[in-house]
Amino acid sequence: MSKLTFRGGVHPYDGKNLSKDKPIKTIVPKGEMVYPLSQHIGAPAVPVVKKGDRVLGGQKIAEAGGFVSAPIYATVSGTVKTIEPRRVVTGDLVNSIIIDNDGIFEEVSYTPHDVTTLDKKEIITLIQEAGIVGMGGAGFPTHVKLSPKEPEKIEYVIANCAECEPYLTSDYRRMLEEPQKLIDGLKIMLRLFDNAQGILAIEDNKTDCIELLSNLVQNEERISVKSLKTKYPQGAERQLIYATTGRAINSSMLPADAGCVVDNVDTVVAIYHAVIEGKPLMNRIVTVTGDAIREPRNFYVRIGMNYKDLIDEAGGFQTEPEKVVSGGPMMGFALFDLNVPTTKTASALLCLTHDEVSAMEPSPCINCGRCVEVCPGRVMPKKLAELAQRHDEEAFVANDGMECCECGCCSYVCPAKRQLTQSIKSMRKTILGKRKK
Amino acid sequence: MEKLFQVSSNPHIRASVTTARIMQYVVIALLPATVFGVFHFGIHAFLLIAITVATTVLSEYIYGKCMKRKDTIWDFSAVVTGLLLALNLPPKAPLWIGVIGGMFAILVVKMLFGGLGQNFMNPALGARCFLLISFTSIMTNFDCDAYTGATPLAAIKAGEQAPQLIDMVIGKTAGTIGETSMIALLIGAAFLLIIKVIDLRVPGSYILSFVVFILLFGGRGLDINYLLSQLAGGGLMLGAFFMATDYVTRPITPRGQYVFGIFLGIMTGIFRVFGPSAEGVSYAIILGNLLVPLIEKVTRPRAFGKK
Repeated sequence: MSKLTFRGGVHPYDGKNLSKDKPIKTIVPKGEMVYPLSQHIGAPAVPVVKKGDRVLGGQKIAEAGGFVSAPIYATVSGTVKTIEPRRVVTGDLVNSIIIDNDGIFEEVSYTPHDVTTLDKKEIITLIQEAGIVGMGGAGFPTHVKLSPKEPEKIEYVIANCAECEPYLTSDYRRMLEEPQKLIDGLKIMLRLFDNAQGILAIEDNKTDCIELLSNLVQNEERISVKSLKTKYPQGAERQLIYATTGRAINSSMLPADAGCVVDNVDTVVAIYHAVIEGKPLMNRIVTVTGDAIREPRNFYVRIGMNYKDLIDEAGGFQTEPEKVVSGGPMMGFALFDLNVPTTKTASALLCLTHDEVSAMEPSPCINCGRCVEVCPGRVMPKKLAELAQRHDEEAFVANDGMECCECGCCSYVCPAKRQLTQSIKSMRKTILGKRKK
Repeated sequence: MEKLFQVSSNPHIRASVTTARIMQYVVIALLPATVFGVFHFGIHAFLLIAITVATTVLSEYIYGKCMKRKDTIWDFSAVVTGLLLALNLPPKAPLWIGVIGGMFAILVVKMLFGGLGQNFMNPALGARCFLLISFTSIMTNFDCDAYTGATPLAAIKAGEQAPQLIDMVIGKTAGTIGETSMIALLIGAAFLLIIKVIDLRVPGSYILSFVVFILLFGGRGLDINYLLSQLAGGGLMLGAFFMATDYVTRPITPRGQYVFGIFLGIMTGIFRVFGPSAEGVSYAIILGNLLVPLIEKVTRPRAFGKK
């Protein structure tokens, strides 16, 4: 049987060995906690607490600002210090609720549910109320994904266990340590879609996860494990859907148009916590890694913690990093400063001793075509970057510039070290900005 | 203020391959043919190669200095151009031919159009065609110590006795310095294919369509000997694997590369079968180079998920 995959993609050094064999460690936050009101795609959340209020862990501190939005919960007990703009990973200043952690970790009481007694609407409401968003990085509110126009037309619910970004091992550890939660989370999602099959889509470099989960779902009629070829960006939504189902969607379509719903491992587990245990989204797993980190590993982190504390927990820096990335090396955000909070979408903190980007100066394009070969969106990055530099919006759109998913393969592979992704990305941002108006 | 970290747009890692590395690989891949040419044709061939490469590199260096541009000779593309041009020269051509050709390739065909990546025509081939038109008798005189007279293809065209096929494959025939040994060229080509600097789209479709053309219009029917002579006896191997595959002057679109290769095969066939000269590879390729923008336009890949 040919392997499940897509056309294009790259094989960067994966760096997963740094952190993959150490169990997840829970860390206890101290000091100030920061909760940006925009940790998701859609309207910012609206604070429901004010300065001086005492809050408990698990208490709602901001409510959703609309349907496409998500509430935010305190993850520690303490007092609301202030609400002010704070720097987040993208470099933007975002209005944030700041809570002084009192170190008691007093929490509200949670109401567990028996999922068999809940109807579909109640399940979705629980997920919506828990503030769950796509935790793979996009931050799209999960309840919106789970509410397609025609739920009976959904044929596949795919748990994205690809973890194709180099260095990241948080999903890997989660699958090994809490596989049953992942399966139970997926089963909850399947309750919403009567005609759907559940798929655990895992890259074949994680053979132990494939084996473990395959055994656990042996008797599950509606769930199967699918092994995917290890290749970046196997976990990109459109590529994942294509690899697992053979269905291709473009940028103006939704996964639901191909009868699919896709959510990543952490998100599915969050659904489990929300529905079964009644707990809102308060934690996530973060991989702290890179050659500059003394003891790379995965941490069970309370959202709102400062990145600096995460570095300290990993033994600090063994060498001075030139570059620190929030997320993976292919799509993450470079930070100029560590003083930013962990958000719902922060999958990793990657600290590199050498920055390969600034070390190499861009030179003229030699038209080698490597960018075209690797582009999973099958566009022509070289051409689009040229059009972007000339700021030719019309031609950029006509040449399918909006089909780019910004995965970074073109810049990665370019022998002339040109900033293709960057040029295309900024042009896309400009055009999308105009469309919104 | 604390020291800040480097920031840039994603991705934050880069593959190790560089332009200079690719060019060095191409030089390495040309070495078997180069070494064979030198041993086969003698010391003058070596001097011609050396002076041509020196000229292309020096021309680029001086041009950069005069125009106050960044020094670009370390991308090794000028070395590739010089070497390719030299391999396309007759073994006994005077050294000044290499100098004029090298200067024309770099200054006129490459740098005046903006340097590496901007030229619309393969510089080595542009210079070769310039020399062929300007100094026809020198460029078509393949007499040397070992052989007198015609190249295998010219002999066949004139109805004379052609060399043994095995000699053509090994390269013990008359011809330009680098084109005679099919084996040496194929070793270099295999190296480039294995390390994925080139792929088979252009050379494969080029050679295949050429074979089909010769079978249909060569006037010899299914004459295997004639067909193999056409493949091994001229500049086709050097052209198909080392010049038609030049990144800058072939289409970037995968489908376009097939179209380009097929076009070259047909044109080479027409030039060889119906033209006055026995050869046709160089002209076919530069003609193909001119069509690249058009080919790219009509063969733009369809974006993922678009109908």
